[in-house]
Amino acid sequence: MTSVSEAANGTRSKAARVAGLSMVLWRRLGLAAALVLAVAIPFVASGYHTFQFTQVLIYAIALLGLNLLTGYNGQISLGHGAFYAIGAYTAAILIVKLGVPYWATIPVAGLICLVTGFLFGLPALRLEGLYLALATFALALSTPQILKFKKLEAWTGGVQGINIDKPDAPFGLPLDGDQWLYLFTLVCLIPVFWMGRNLIRGRVGRAIVAIRDHPIAAETMGVNTAVYKSLTFGVSAAFTGVAGALGGLVTGFVAPDSFQILLSLYLLVGIVVGGLASIAGVFFGALFIEFVPIYADQLTDLFGDRAKALPWAMFGVMLIACMYLMPTGVIGLIKSLGARIARSAVRN
Amino acid sequence: MISRRRLLQTTAASAAALATRTLPALADNAPGVTDKEIKIGQTNPYSGPASAYSAIGKAELAYFKMLNDKGGINGRMINLLSVDDGYSPPKTVEQIRRLVEQEQVAFIFQSLGTPCNAAIHKYMNDHKVPQLFVATGATMWNDPKHFPWTMGWQPNYQTESHIYSKHLLSTKPDAKVGILYQNDDYGKDYVTGLKQGLGDKYDKMVVKEVSYEVTDPTVDSQVVTLQASGADTFFNITTPKFAAQAIRKAYDIGWKPVHYLNNVSISVSAVLQPAGLDKSTGLISVAYYKDPTDPKWKDDKAFLEYADWMKKYNPDANIGDSFNVYGYLVAQTLEQALKQCGNNLSRENIMREAANIKNLQLGMLLPGISVNTGSDDFAPIKQLQLERFSGTIWETFGDVLTG
Amino acid sequence: MNEFLHQFFSGLASGGIYASVALALVMIYQATHLVNFAQGEMAMFATYIAWSLIGAGIPYWVAFFLTLAISFVAAVAIERVIIRPFASAPVLASVCVFIGLLAIINSLAGFIYTYTIQPFPSPFPEHAWYGSVYMSPHEVGEMVVTIAVLALVYAFFRFTPLGLAMRAAAQNPVSSRLVGIRVGWMLALGWGLAAATGAVAGMMAAPIVYLEPNMMGGILLYGFAGALLGGIDNPWGAVLGGFMVGVLENLAGTYVVGADLKLTVALVIIVGVLVMRPSGLFGRPLVTRV
Repeated sequence: MTSVSEAANGTRSKAARVAGLSMVLWRRLGLAAALVLAVAIPFVASGYHTFQFTQVLIYAIALLGLNLLTGYNGQISLGHGAFYAIGAYTAAILIVKLGVPYWATIPVAGLICLVTGFLFGLPALRLEGLYLALATFALALSTPQILKFKKLEAWTGGVQGINIDKPDAPFGLPLDGDQWLYLFTLVCLIPVFWMGRNLIRGRVGRAIVAIRDHPIAAETMGVNTAVYKSLTFGVSAAFTGVAGALGGLVTGFVAPDSFQILLSLYLLVGIVVGGLASIAGVFFGALFIEFVPIYADQLTDLFGDRAKALPWAMFGVMLIACMYLMPTGVIGLIKSLGARIARSAVRN
Repeated sequence: MISRRRLLQTTAASAAALATRTLPALADNAPGVTDKEIKIGQTNPYSGPASAYSAIGKAELAYFKMLNDKGGINGRMINLLSVDDGYSPPKTVEQIRRLVEQEQVAFIFQSLGTPCNAAIHKYMNDHKVPQLFVATGATMWNDPKHFPWTMGWQPNYQTESHIYSKHLLSTKPDAKVGILYQNDDYGKDYVTGLKQGLGDKYDKMVVKEVSYEVTDPTVDSQVVTLQASGADTFFNITTPKFAAQAIRKAYDIGWKPVHYLNNVSISVSAVLQPAGLDKSTGLISVAYYKDPTDPKWKDDKAFLEYADWMKKYNPDANIGDSFNVYGYLVAQTLEQALKQCGNNLSRENIMREAANIKNLQLGMLLPGISVNTGSDDFAPIKQLQLERFSGTIWETFGDVLTG
Repeated sequence: MNEFLHQFFSGLASGGIYASVALALVMIYQATHLVNFAQGEMAMFATYIAWSLIGAGIPYWVAFFLTLAISFVAAVAIERVIIRPFASAPVLASVCVFIGLLAIINSLAGFIYTYTIQPFPSPFPEHAWYGSVYMSPHEVGEMVVTIAVLALVYAFFRFTPLGLAMRAAAQNPVSSRLVGIRVGWMLALGWGLAAATGAVAGMMAAPIVYLEPNMMGGILLYGFAGALLGGIDNPWGAVLGGFMVGVLENLAGTYVVGADLKLTVALVIIVGVLVMRPSGLFGRPLVTRV
């Protein structure tokens, strides 16, 4: 962004250029390369890996939602797992009990979570910091219990959960289930990110960030804090709900045990590892929470059978190490490295 | 409403199963099988609130280590990959896919947890990978017609409940029953069994049903509620920690009901001693295997072998934890099934032999109880023995019952 | 009426456990302005250490105070080595570190001590000399201990110069340094005291809930709720909050909706109260300068 404003001021020659290209162009190239890579994955990776990368994309959407609320708007949520669960169950109930086609359930899940998030955000307006964290924590804790509730069993399937048939590729395309789900997820991801990016880049984004940094000043400047905060809650929940619906499809099964409190904590870990208040960061966060627990398993194997109980400890160690090396997340690290490169480029 | 796709799939699966049963064993060995080893996989909750069950996975690993030291099965070592799923179905799906597709295991053995196994149920049957001896007592695993690749092992919870119901109806038909159950698939399955067992008497007899969550610190409040409801019979469907709390609390508040305790929590040293042996006198339960801390078995040959194995191969485990016996027994069952396969270790044949175990007597099973499967009977253990706690040991009474 | 009293006292008993954990949380918050999610696991691990000491033949009260000392030292070490590097990092980075600690300590306890439950001895007599079945002697004793610890904590923060220095260091590190307070060591001290308080909570809870690695998960959550309900910056409030949560949970489960939704109802009520009094019932609202 520095280079753009500098360019606007006519100091283009002083703008940081690396290898002859401006930072903006580098960023655009990076995005294009990422997109090409993303589309290529289901055709070069095995079914299992494609499934894992689909999960990464899903987490990225969920993390975008959480980052919007916590990173950009400063409202700490320890309970986004609840919206993920609501999204997943919405999709499952619509598909299995009401026969709705799977692709139509995604926007519905988003809509329902938008309303739920907004309604939750309203009373939560009065809560700050830790107290808000508790309220969201309470939401995430209550969700499995509500899902198991006897009176709702006819819809939610109770403790047994709901099995969802994995969709096949439409129009007889030569893709298997894993590939199709990956591409479907990618197709859902792009508009969500486009929406998120526009939201953040625009007036709304500035208002949201202002509320985070200087709430009283923002209020006196005429920003309707209450409306923005509740709306942010709603949109944040909507994104995570979409991710939940996709998650339910990809796993093929929803049950109350799928949405324990650890999910919400991992989502928080994801946005911190990726980088708070960053859109690109969510992908790194998603990669972390998807792959590190699985490979922590394989690392503890090095310590023999006795260490079977330790995969979680290994995850904890890797998390702390990650935080130690990158307290502002991966994006924070990249930005500071990038700044260093840009500075040396300018100097030369 | 069964969708057309589901109908076609089921028909195809059944046809394939039927075909492989009538054809001679010409299929190739399963992936993961070499001349030297059989690679198998499982998921267990090594982290999270259900981590107490991980003792089972560890026991099984320890058993196979002993087996391998003795030369393995027909010259092949058993390589069990036991991985953590935190009792979270999405993680189970991911780990199982890794084991089947990436690690190329021959089959999945004793994955733990009803929701976890439910999440992979369809996948395993669609891909024709044996989901053998699942570690859950839910009733849905004995369905060879629709799910020919899935088999349970332990007597299911509903069977156990039927036995309690029958006993109650014959000894105390005018009982007022209070039920404490864990609010998940395991607890609810027991309650379903009780409903079936008591039939139309259920509504009259059961005066109170209360549940608890695994995250609850204590169940003291629930026990107080049950006493206050006027119940004089207590169905206690809790896991070890909560069972001990419930037993102790009932005694402390002066409530002395006829007390049925579910089989998961009958260990003398792991549950009854912490609760208080004097407080546990009179408890009724069922068992199908020997409690290693019951002094009754101290000179029993099978127990001595078991104790020896624990000392040598599973020394970190707690001798009083009955999960170790469970793991030991299932591993022995698998040993038998694989032995029967000989050199034909295709997935079809493994399933076929697992469904062909006749009257297998395992030392740590109670006398009179054996393992039996058939092509339409995917419930290896169906027999249970009622027992009552005397204050020092569990004393069996009555005949071996079949659910 | 009988059942009501019974549930009420049962709630007080569990509330006592939540209150003692709430105290540890208040302790850590007063010292660092952060809530340590690993507090419960640290308390659990301390209780295991006490259990090992007692198992080795050391008398209860010796083991008790030895455990407090060990917890104190270990927590100071953790703070200096693991937490200190994050002093200038965003708050959420510290939260992630706490989550990591939680995972490590919980796993380690499971690895070292297995998941089989262990009974933990109580220093209080077995039989109720006061003849009531509503609360066991341990439950009464545990409440007394909690109040005693509360009094100590309150006196420490209110009446000692060290306590004042700790509060100052947490509220305004910059100014504190200017008046000569060693802020770094104040934080470490805070961690040590919080861990010791947590160890007391664990050793009081274990005889009731039985010692196992997942013992403190549920307790921490209610303790957290209780501390916030009462006001996270007020030790008296937090303890009262803990008791209230215990009673509320029991009564809600018995009379309002049944145990199936006990947790949900209790949490809804707590959040509802917070919405009406956003700094907790007895907390001080935070006033910021523009």
